[in-house]
This record gives sequence, structure tokens and C-alpha cells, in this order.
Amino acid sequence: MTDALAPVPPAKRWWLPPGPAVQRAFFGGWTIAVFAFLYIPILLLVVYSFNDSKLNLHWAGFTTKWYGLLLGNEVLLRAFKNSLIVAGASTVLAVFIGTTAAWLLYRYRFPAQQTLGLLIFIPMVMPEVLMGVSLLVLFVNLGIPLGYTTLIIAHTTFCFPFVLVGVQARLQGLDPSLEEAAQDLGATPFKAFWLVIVPYLMPAIVAGALMSFTLSFDEYIVTIFTSGSESQTLPLKVYGMVRVGLNPQLNALSTLFIAATAVLVIASQFFTRKKTT
Amino acid sequence: MAITAATAALATSGPSPQRRAGPGPWFALTPMLGWLLLFVIVPTLMLIVVSFSERDALGRVVYSFNFENYIRAFDWKWLKILGISVWYAFLTTVICLILGYPVAYFIGRSSERVRGLLIMLVMIPFWTSFLIRTYAWISILAQEGLLNALLMTLNITSAPIGFMYTPFAVVLGLVYNFLPFMILPIYTSVEKLDGSLIEAAYDLGARPARVFGQIVLPLTKPGIAAGILLVFVPAIAMFAITTLMGGGANPTIGEVIQNQFTKARNQPFGAALGVLLLAIFLFSLWLSTKFRRGEED
Repeated sequence: MTDALAPVPPAKRWWLPPGPAVQRAFFGGWTIAVFAFLYIPILLLVVYSFNDSKLNLHWAGFTTKWYGLLLGNEVLLRAFKNSLIVAGASTVLAVFIGTTAAWLLYRYRFPAQQTLGLLIFIPMVMPEVLMGVSLLVLFVNLGIPLGYTTLIIAHTTFCFPFVLVGVQARLQGLDPSLEEAAQDLGATPFKAFWLVIVPYLMPAIVAGALMSFTLSFDEYIVTIFTSGSESQTLPLKVYGMVRVGLNPQLNALSTLFIAATAVLVIASQFFTRKKTT
Repeated sequence: MAITAATAALATSGPSPQRRAGPGPWFALTPMLGWLLLFVIVPTLMLIVVSFSERDALGRVVYSFNFENYIRAFDWKWLKILGISVWYAFLTTVICLILGYPVAYFIGRSSERVRGLLIMLVMIPFWTSFLIRTYAWISILAQEGLLNALLMTLNITSAPIGFMYTPFAVVLGLVYNFLPFMILPIYTSVEKLDGSLIEAAYDLGARPARVFGQIVLPLTKPGIAAGILLVFVPAIAMFAITTLMGGGANPTIGEVIQNQFTKARNQPFGAALGVLLLAIFLFSLWLSTKFRRGEED
């Protein structure tokens, strides 16, 4: 954020510091190669989802029949519904917990704040299998049957820190006088937060919500351990299909996943970048 | 861009206009504190407790206190699995660093418009389900996959080559999955890098290798540390990719833990292996925190 305030050095090269042209060519070429590595498999997946043949390489013409078959697949549709329920509920909880906590930690001094910061960070980087098995142990001991509740709890646990951190980043650019002004005008801290701070934070909140939703929707590993037989989500079904082998229906499903992810990422980037001032 | 913000937060914590928290803020913070306590700390402690327990004939946990599970875990068989997992994760981390660093550098030093677009291109695979990205490679590498079909059409081979279910396939799957986790934090560091330092070095006649070694590399170390943390530990524990790409014949530690909790129904032993993994995780976290603190001083 502060970079924008720094004076722009005259005649700055737009993409690399002054250096040999070879260096620029190298970095550019390397980046293109890595992007090719990242995208070619995905593009092939998408292209072959429209192939009118079960055999992979052979192109037998354009079709959308695999997408049609997906729509008639009751099991997948039910899993899709479960995924929406879990991702939706986890996102709401994650946004609530993450936003309030980000504000409080920014605004007030708590004892052991460093430790707390580390603790918040742990669910983001903890190996998912550990989170999965430890939550499973907890739920079994508390006698909570595995199902929607346990899934939503588990997903919220790894989602809210992402919201928190995104909101915290935006708070760094907050003008402190904004809240002071609100309080001078007689607003309670809660009212000032709700009427002044939350609107300011809205782009970060929306971006965090989109990310929570995507994270939860895609989550497989934590889900294995914390879902019941009635609350199977889409990734569990996808895993089952991947295990079986190549299947154009799965290509079609993957294409939908990729398209949805791309839309969510672009939308969340849009909100993250949105400037208020 | 929560993840880049997250990785940036790894390195910095700026001062803010803070007041001492009274009962109101404490009360408002309880949802998060309670959540962390109940769903992160308590489960982890319970996992440790279970790791010292036994199971009955039905696979239920019988609480007791013994070291049986750990003695069993330190058997050569399991240590070898752990060793292979760490080795795969190490290879993955090194390859991701080599592939990712120049990309992160290139993106970080490009103009703001281009930067936004490129970083979005890194984010899309990052947020796409890893199952789907793994499937993308399976459809290329499988016996009846695209690569074999291509090779056979071109008459390079007459029979399909077994790319799948090899260590190569496992590491490829891991690299493909974790590469964005390496690029993003390094990018955050590069973005913060003051370009005039580099220009000054060049003006003073430094050669590119020296500029990189003495300016760029030291200043992007926090990003590298964060990237390693985000790739290495999760790669050790990752199991679905390794099962799909490796075929399950040579399981990784994550696969074994999953099996103990599901098929084998031996939660105490799975928990003991989990605690070992937890120790590796906490050690790495401590190391990277220490490293970053050292950088700030």
C-alpha cells in the first residue's frame, strides 16, 4: 500500500530492473514455461470434456452430452447440494468470526497477542490430515454424530483465518480518525464498528467470503474424516470418480469446477483491489 | 487476495492505534477464542491423549497410558514410510522453489497492470480443487491417457508406457499442486522489494549474479521461508494426490494415518503417527518463525 506513495524513479523499466536483455528474456521465458505447465493440463481437461468419444486422444467431434449426463446424475446433484449447504454455512460463520476478530485485534491490545496471532495462523498451515483426524477424535468423544454440523464446524475452522487475515490487511490502510469521528458524534463502539468500519471493510469481507466458499467447496481431506454418510459433499464423489479412471463426464464436471473457481477468484480479486479513497 | 495477505502477515505486524482491551472487546472476541480453543487446541490435545491409549476388539479407543503406539511407530517399516514422505516433500519443495522463484520475481517486478493479471493466473489453479488438477494429470499420464496415445500415434512407442504409479508421478502431482503456494509468498516479498536498490547496484557496476546474491535473495528470504513452510509440511502430510498418482502400493505417512483412522480402525496408532507429524509441523513452524524474527532484527 505504501509503495504507491513512494516517488516513481524516472525512466523506470516497466517490468524488470535495468539489466542485460538476456536476463529479461530468461525470466519472461521461464514464466511462460511455468504457466504452460500450470495451464496445459487444465486446458486439455476442458477441451476433452467436449469430445464426442470415450477414447481420449481421438477427437470425434464437439458435443455437450457429458454435461447433459451430469445434470441427470442424482448422486452428484445431491452431493452438489450438500456442498452448497456446507460451504454457505461455513462462509457465514467464518465471515462473522473472522471480521469481528480482525477488528478487535487491530483496535485493542490483548495479552499474548503474538501467541494469539500464531494460533490463528495454525489452521491455515496445519496439515489437513491432522485437522481432520483431531476433529474426528473430538466429535467421537463428544458424541456428536458425523454430519452437516461436524462438517460445518470443521470447514469454518480452516476458513475463518483467511477472512481474518484479508480483513486485517485492509485495516492497515484505515484512517483512525474515521472511527474517532464516529465516536465523537456519539456512536457506541459497536455502532461505530457496524456503521463506519464494516462498510469500509466490505471489499475485504466479500473477498474473504468468496475465498471461504471456494476453500470449503473444494475441501476433500478434512471432509473425509468429518462427514457422515448423508452429508457427502461433491469432492468426495469426485475422488471416487477419479479413482475409477478416465471418464468424460468427470472432464465435464471438472470444467464446471474450474469455471466456477475462475469466476470466484476474479470476483474476489476485483473486490480486494477495489479502492475506497 | 487473502493468501498473499496471509503470507505477508507472516513477515510483518505493523503497529495500530491500540487501546487496552476492556470487558467489551474481550466478550466480542470470545467466538474466535472459543472456536480456536474448542476446535483447534482441544482436538489436538485429544489426539495426543489418544496416541497413548489402546483400542478394543471393535476398534474403539480405550483410554490408558502406554507407549505401545510410539514403540510400534518407531519400527523400521513406518520410519521408512515417513522417510519417503519427507523425501518426496523435499523434492517437491526444491522443484517448486526452482520453478517458482523466477516466476514470482518476474511477476513482482512487472508493471501494476500486468502484475494483477499474472497473479490472478497463479491464483486460479491455486483455488481449483486439487482432485481436479490431479485428474488432469491422470488423463495425460494414464495407460490410455493422452501422452501414451500421442506417443503411440507418432510410433515412438508400440506399447503404453507406465508413467503412473511411479515416484515420478507422485512428485509431479505434488509439484503441480503446491507450485502456487511457493510463487505467492515469494511474489509478496518481491513486490515489496525497493527497485531503486537494484538500480543503484547496477549503476555501481554490480553484475547480475551479485545483485541477485547480495540484494534480491536476502530481501526475499521471508517469502522463501514462507513458501517452504507452505509447501514442505503440507506435502509431507498430503495423501490423496499420492494415492491417486502413486497407486497406494508405496503409501506416504498421510495415507497410513488415513488408513489407521478409516479402514484399519486403529485410532491410537494413527494418532501416534499423527503426533509425529504434528511434531514435524510445529518444529517447521517454529523454525520459520524464528527465521523471520531473525530477519526483522
